[in-house]
Amino acid sequence: MIGTIDPTIINLTVFVLAVFVGYHVVWNVTPALHTPLMSVTNAISGIILVGAMLAAGSAEADWGMWLGAVAVVLASINVFGGFLVTQRMLEMFRKKDKKGSA
Amino acid sequence: MTVSANFVALAYLVASVFFIFALKGLSSPLTSRRGNFFGMVGMAIAVATTLMVTKNAALIVGCIAVGGVIGAVVARRVQMTAMPELVAFMHSLVGLAAVFIAIAAVNNPAAFNLPVPLPMGSKLELFLGTFIGAMTWSGSVIAFLKLSGRMSGKPITFGGQHAVNLLLFILMLGFGLWFFFTPETNWAAFAAMTAIAFVLGFLIIIPIGGADMPVVISMLNSYSGWAAAGIGFSLGNPMLIIAGSLVGSSGAILSYIMCKAMNRPFLSVILGGFGSDGGTAAADDGVQKTHRSGSAEDAAFLMGNADSVIIVPGYGLAVARAQHVVKELAHKLHEKGITVRFAIHPVAGRMPGHMNVLLAEAEIPYEQVVEMDEINNDFSNTDVVLVLGANDVINPAANVPGSPIYGMPILEAHKARTILVVKRSMAAGYAGLDNDIFYMDKTMMVFGDAKKVVEEMVKAL
Repeated sequence: MIGTIDPTIINLTVFVLAVFVGYHVVWNVTPALHTPLMSVTNAISGIILVGAMLAAGSAEADWGMWLGAVAVVLASINVFGGFLVTQRMLEMFRKKDKKGSA
Repeated sequence: MTVSANFVALAYLVASVFFIFALKGLSSPLTSRRGNFFGMVGMAIAVATTLMVTKNAALIVGCIAVGGVIGAVVARRVQMTAMPELVAFMHSLVGLAAVFIAIAAVNNPAAFNLPVPLPMGSKLELFLGTFIGAMTWSGSVIAFLKLSGRMSGKPITFGGQHAVNLLLFILMLGFGLWFFFTPETNWAAFAAMTAIAFVLGFLIIIPIGGADMPVVISMLNSYSGWAAAGIGFSLGNPMLIIAGSLVGSSGAILSYIMCKAMNRPFLSVILGGFGSDGGTAAADDGVQKTHRSGSAEDAAFLMGNADSVIIVPGYGLAVARAQHVVKELAHKLHEKGITVRFAIHPVAGRMPGHMNVLLAEAEIPYEQVVEMDEINNDFSNTDVVLVLGANDVINPAANVPGSPIYGMPILEAHKARTILVVKRSMAAGYAGLDNDIFYMDKTMMVFGDAKKVVEEMVKAL
């Protein structure tokens, strides 16, 4: 037995590998779509919503819970705003696509 | 709790894969909408799974609804020219949410399944999450104010600025150490550390000038990702770590691309002090240079007789809200059998890819919109280049050793047979540099507001 692995080490492994995945995927994004890339990553960074939900969902109804609730609102603005504005932008690229091929 | 931790972890893995597909979809406009949809699916999975393991579901759903409505309204109303502000605004929200979550975790670690009292490792992770989150928040607020014109884009500098920043940083680390080594929860240290991080975020962004904003906004994009990843470490939540890292590396790559496009070392952008609100008087080198100017009708005549036209749009075009008339112009030229293309410099807008979106909004087919590297070889056999509100990105001074912008990649508009420059006055661009292209024999300046001038051109054609 060499003992159990510290969860932080596992998290670090996940982190490093995710950075590499991000690096390679993002280099393939076409420069024309860099603004939508930014708004969609904005929406994805709204994933902090998960952390906010854990804070707001704590059993004790103390001020920490309310702080979490405010964080849920903030993160939701990001999630919804980010995905919807990205969709709106990408629709613009589609319109031209139709005309271009017609 | 009705679901196991393993189930949650697996669901998070599925959500992460969806996020990766979301980014992958952006490799082409054709797959991009599907990509965005994958992103939404990933987020829905992550949120639904989390909802299964938390209490106060009603409160949480209510808060999501409130935020969702605000987000939806903002997304629908925002002008495409204001995208940089919106993005900066959203970065600030992530930063602030990260700080709130960290405070809640310090207050009640048990609610997050963290050991009580917090071990030093968790404290270090919370410190990182809070510090990055706080800097993201205050930095983004300044970026937002600068981009939306509520605050001057001029760099704000003062003596000993870097020394002050360094001192504050060391002070913050000091409070951090105090926080780590106090066995019980040391609120004083935590609060001081957070406050300093807020101030630092503010101080780091104020000296950065308007011209460097594309870098700043990409950098803050990166920070917001790292803030989420930092909170993920604090809470031992792989979902936050993965999604945060994807965003963090994306922002870092965009910062790199922007720095390269401006030929500015990343460090010097961060240290700041470059660029202004624009419109600084041209540097006077004592030599009286003459330029040729003409009317919109003259310009229209030249374009009408050309075989190929390349339009170089700059941010001035967007400011004048001239995208739609420009589309009309391109359409008219196209009808005459003239090849029309748009040449895009990576920093043509206020953020990466901004100009592409502005042209897309005006329904200019993206096949006509060409990136700098692809079009630069074509300028020399192009009859007419029409420059609309761009300056530094076509300045041949970038090829002259010793020039402040030496080495910056430019659109080689000066190689075209005829150059038409639409500009409000002879004022210099962001870099405060004079542009030799204005004084070339084959250049004709057309003075006036971009929108009005282009409207006249359309009429004359």
